Amino acid sequence: MSLIDIKGLHIAFPGVGEVVHGIDLTIAPGESVALVGESGSGKSVTARSLLGLGGIVRAERFTIDGEDVRTHAERDWRRIRGRRIGYVLQDALTSLDPLRRIGQQVADAGAPDRAGALRILSSVGIPAPETRLPQYPHQLSGGLRQRALIGTAIAREPALVIADEPTTALDVTVQKQILDLLEARKAAGNALLLISHDLAVVARLASRVLVMRNGRVVEEGPTSEVLRHPRHPYTRQLLDAIPTAASRGKRLAPRGADPLPPKHIDASRTVLEVQDLHKRFSGTPAVNGVSFRLAAGEALGIVGESGSGKTTVARMVMGLTEPDSGRILLDGQQFSRIPEVQRRPLRAGVQLIAQDPLGSFDPRYTVERIVGESLDTLGVFGAERRARVREVLEAVHLPERFLQSRPRDLSGGQRQRVAIARAFAPRPRLIVADEPVSALDVSIQAQVLDLLAELQAEFGTALLFISHDLGVVHHLTDRMIVMRGGEVVEEGDVTRVFTAPKAPYTRELIAAIPTL
Amino acid sequence: MTLGRRIAGRVLSGALVLLAAITLAFLSVHVAPGDIVDIIVGDQIPAPEVEAAIRAEWGLDRPLIVQYLSYLGRVLQGDFGRSYMLQTDVFPLLTGQLLPTLKLTAAAFVVAVVFAVVTALLTAHRPIGGRIMGGLELFLVSTPSFWLGIVLLYVFSFTLKIFPVAGDRSFSALVLPALALGLSLGAVVAQVLRQSLERALEEPFALTVRSWGAGEGTLRLRHALRHAAIPSVTLAGWLIGGLLGGAVITEQVFGRPGLGRVTVDAVLSKDIPVVLAVAIFSSAIYVTLSTAVDLLCLALDPRIRTGGR
Amino acid sequence: MTLQNAFDIPRGPGPLRRALRLARREWGAALACLFLLAVALGAAWPQLLTGYDPVAADPLAAQLAPGAAHWFGTDHLGRDIFARVVHGARYSLLIGASATVLAMVFGTLLGLIAGLARGLLDEAISRFLDVVSAFPDLLLALVLIGFTGPGTVNLIFALGVASIPRFARVVRSQTFVIAQSGYVEQARTFGLPRWKLVTRHVLPHAIAHVPIMATIGLGTTIIGSAGLSFLGMGPQPPAPEWGAMLSEGRNYLRNAWWIGAWPGIAITLTVIATGVIGRRWQAAFEGRRG
Repeated sequence: MSLIDIKGLHIAFPGVGEVVHGIDLTIAPGESVALVGESGSGKSVTARSLLGLGGIVRAERFTIDGEDVRTHAERDWRRIRGRRIGYVLQDALTSLDPLRRIGQQVADAGAPDRAGALRILSSVGIPAPETRLPQYPHQLSGGLRQRALIGTAIAREPALVIADEPTTALDVTVQKQILDLLEARKAAGNALLLISHDLAVVARLASRVLVMRNGRVVEEGPTSEVLRHPRHPYTRQLLDAIPTAASRGKRLAPRGADPLPPKHIDASRTVLEVQDLHKRFSGTPAVNGVSFRLAAGEALGIVGESGSGKTTVARMVMGLTEPDSGRILLDGQQFSRIPEVQRRPLRAGVQLIAQDPLGSFDPRYTVERIVGESLDTLGVFGAERRARVREVLEAVHLPERFLQSRPRDLSGGQRQRVAIARAFAPRPRLIVADEPVSALDVSIQAQVLDLLAELQAEFGTALLFISHDLGVVHHLTDRMIVMRGGEVVEEGDVTRVFTAPKAPYTRELIAAIPTL
Repeated sequence: MTLGRRIAGRVLSGALVLLAAITLAFLSVHVAPGDIVDIIVGDQIPAPEVEAAIRAEWGLDRPLIVQYLSYLGRVLQGDFGRSYMLQTDVFPLLTGQLLPTLKLTAAAFVVAVVFAVVTALLTAHRPIGGRIMGGLELFLVSTPSFWLGIVLLYVFSFTLKIFPVAGDRSFSALVLPALALGLSLGAVVAQVLRQSLERALEEPFALTVRSWGAGEGTLRLRHALRHAAIPSVTLAGWLIGGLLGGAVITEQVFGRPGLGRVTVDAVLSKDIPVVLAVAIFSSAIYVTLSTAVDLLCLALDPRIRTGGR
Repeated sequence: MTLQNAFDIPRGPGPLRRALRLARREWGAALACLFLLAVALGAAWPQLLTGYDPVAADPLAAQLAPGAAHWFGTDHLGRDIFARVVHGARYSLLIGASATVLAMVFGTLLGLIAGLARGLLDEAISRFLDVVSAFPDLLLALVLIGFTGPGTVNLIFALGVASIPRFARVVRSQTFVIAQSGYVEQARTFGLPRWKLVTRHVLPHAIAHVPIMATIGLGTTIIGSAGLSFLGMGPQPPAPEWGAMLSEGRNYLRNAWWIGAWPGIAITLTVIATGVIGRRWQAAFEGRRG
């Protein structure tokens, strides 16, 4: 008998309408199944409906352990939650109650006593669990925290655990630990329903996969079969959009494989030179002796996990944070540790693409004013500015009707296009992009990466690309730097670093990447 | 920053505020237009011996800084000078009236907090209950406490004859004033508390707690309420201030003894020594209570307490 | 199809029709607007609403219950209460609005200076605001009246000054938050001078909220002014101020509830109306911010 047996599931929300339009889902005992899709596909909503959480549910058949749950009241659902189905969300920092101790929460989740709580915590691989009981979630590292969250989900030994993007907010090495833990549970015969946008994560854990789009399942089958021989164009598009070593120099969207325009790297001209940067924040070193140079038209990736100091380097290059010591030269001119008045005329030469484009737009401004503002210091006004703004918007494939739109009316992808257009408008020699695609769905990410590569090649702009995602860096950049704890642990040609990493940490990072 | 330093900082800044309040009171006498003697005695014509007494008390022949330091010293010793209008020392006048006011303020505080917590817990994310309570809260927020007091008096004292009309002789005499004062301020706290409770219930951890099979009551009482309390606690300073100010009027409505009567009489007759003493008194009460509440807030949030983020 | 509809189609929705449609969706706010308009009318031209003299005593008609001749009844001196409530609107609105404007102007200025200045000046202003806030609003106003004496102008001054910190603190923290925002930082990377950053990106956002705060704050000052007048510190008798009328009504509660009830109801409704409008405005504002 199936653990979960659903036929014709519809889920609607008051004021929103139907978001899931008739999907079928079965999970056998011990099976691990994945729901894959981008935001708005309805995958999380579907998962929550298995716990009776949220939405107006209608189905032809909906049984859990053979029990028809279609008419279940809240009280009946509470017998299922935690006992038969456990639920793990992303980011334990907010998914565990931040104001309660770990021990209390494991008890809240159903641990019978202290011994039981210790047993649960060690079963999810938390060393010395007795020291963790009196601690609060924020006192644990990201990995331990996520383990504790998984611990609360399995406290009552449910037959099925739903993991909803369980590794999304985690660093890649921590992600690997959590995937190992889930894999061990799977090997022990526990059923798993994995919700993810990341096909590589899915490939590691699930034996069967359902690809969802706009509330419908577009393709279903054994994972290896679906990933290797996708039948539905959308599945193919998702697979093509993943940046990897193989996609270097090619487009990711719409179907991938088309070559990008050739780059013009002029190694004789140094655009950016960074010499021995140091920066401390209230005594703690954030950046510790970082040096690199960037040639005209070249793309340099800086890779590192959270706390590696990569964003601080980007901010110092942008002249937003002053280094404690060291030098930054922009086109041979001193750019750091000079009065702001002297820096202003140089600023047009280096532009920033931030991670959160919406936050970087004045909400009162129209797209035309947002893009045009970067031309202020160049003295480009009037008709010339209007023409330039239209030109760059066309370059990012945004039609003219968006000129008068406000940022909040744009989609995530459109916003990042506007940010890119704004960065290229003053024709800078260098663009700093700080995690520009990390908040985007993979198919939107593909479009944005294509655009960035295209414009960079076309204008011969140098690119400093900050990312935690090794795949993206591998796809996009020419050279890369690996940072850890404020220091550069490895630097070199991208292909060389990925094929023959020298530093042990780089090797660890590369090994941790889940692959298809 | 360590917890000890945080606490010390909080207490120190409270003391500084109090010092500044005393300074302001001192300066206001000197900055106000007119001769200081005239200001001190109010609207009456000072007799020569009274004038001499005032000049001696305030040390008006000495330099300003000396006057200030001696004023500060006197206030810290509890000597608030003399009311020449009432022919009595100010400090005993106020301390004699302190207890009934504190009683009223404390009772109203309890009313406000209980009202806020109960309504917020019961009506957060409840469409119908939320709407009804929202309407009631809007009504209470928009109704001055003295007007609410008059309505309560009319209904419960004159018509139903359950509670006494005036005075402070029994506990029952405290009920209506505390309700009048507490409800209109409690409604504001309730609005904020419900909003933050709703926000807490939308946090991811609420979903996690539900997925453990916990009931709605557990979720609200054990988990969400504490989150909601943290932003609401910052309102406590405002609440205490509002209670102290509102007590002045409420005491008038219910004919209660207390600082209110003294204050109103002093203000109307321009009895400046008493007015200043009331100002310093009330800011002392305010600073003490709100500092205590801030420290309570530290206790509520382990993220601050344990020096995390 | 009715004749009326036939006429409508070529013309499309006119401004009146659009206003009506909006009023039907936002009936609460529409009602509040209508009521405030009526109060404003009473404040500006009370003669339009009542023929009685608000201060003329008529001992023969003392303490009459509400009826056809005197809609709201008469008080202990035989004055028509409806006339007094209508004429009283002038005091409440005038005092409330003037004090709010005073607080808004100086509070916003102080808040902006503190928020933009940083460093010592910010520290000085913030500490000063802390000290002033340590006196509860109403008590601060009382102390000020202790120096200046009772009266309409003194009441406005006292209430206004006591409300300055409320505006200043919000504007200061708002200014701070915006100065740290992503779009100000981005504009910095364009090499814009500081004055441009401030005038383009900080100021408009920092003060956008002020009119909404003032609308909601108007209710607070009206309550404050009624409270102080209740204590006898506002307009002096026989002026028909609502708070002062309530104070008189308190003494006749046993036999003539209407003397106190009507001015009280007037205060509550006026404050509810400003609150409803202010909150609706705020919701629309936040909705626009997304």
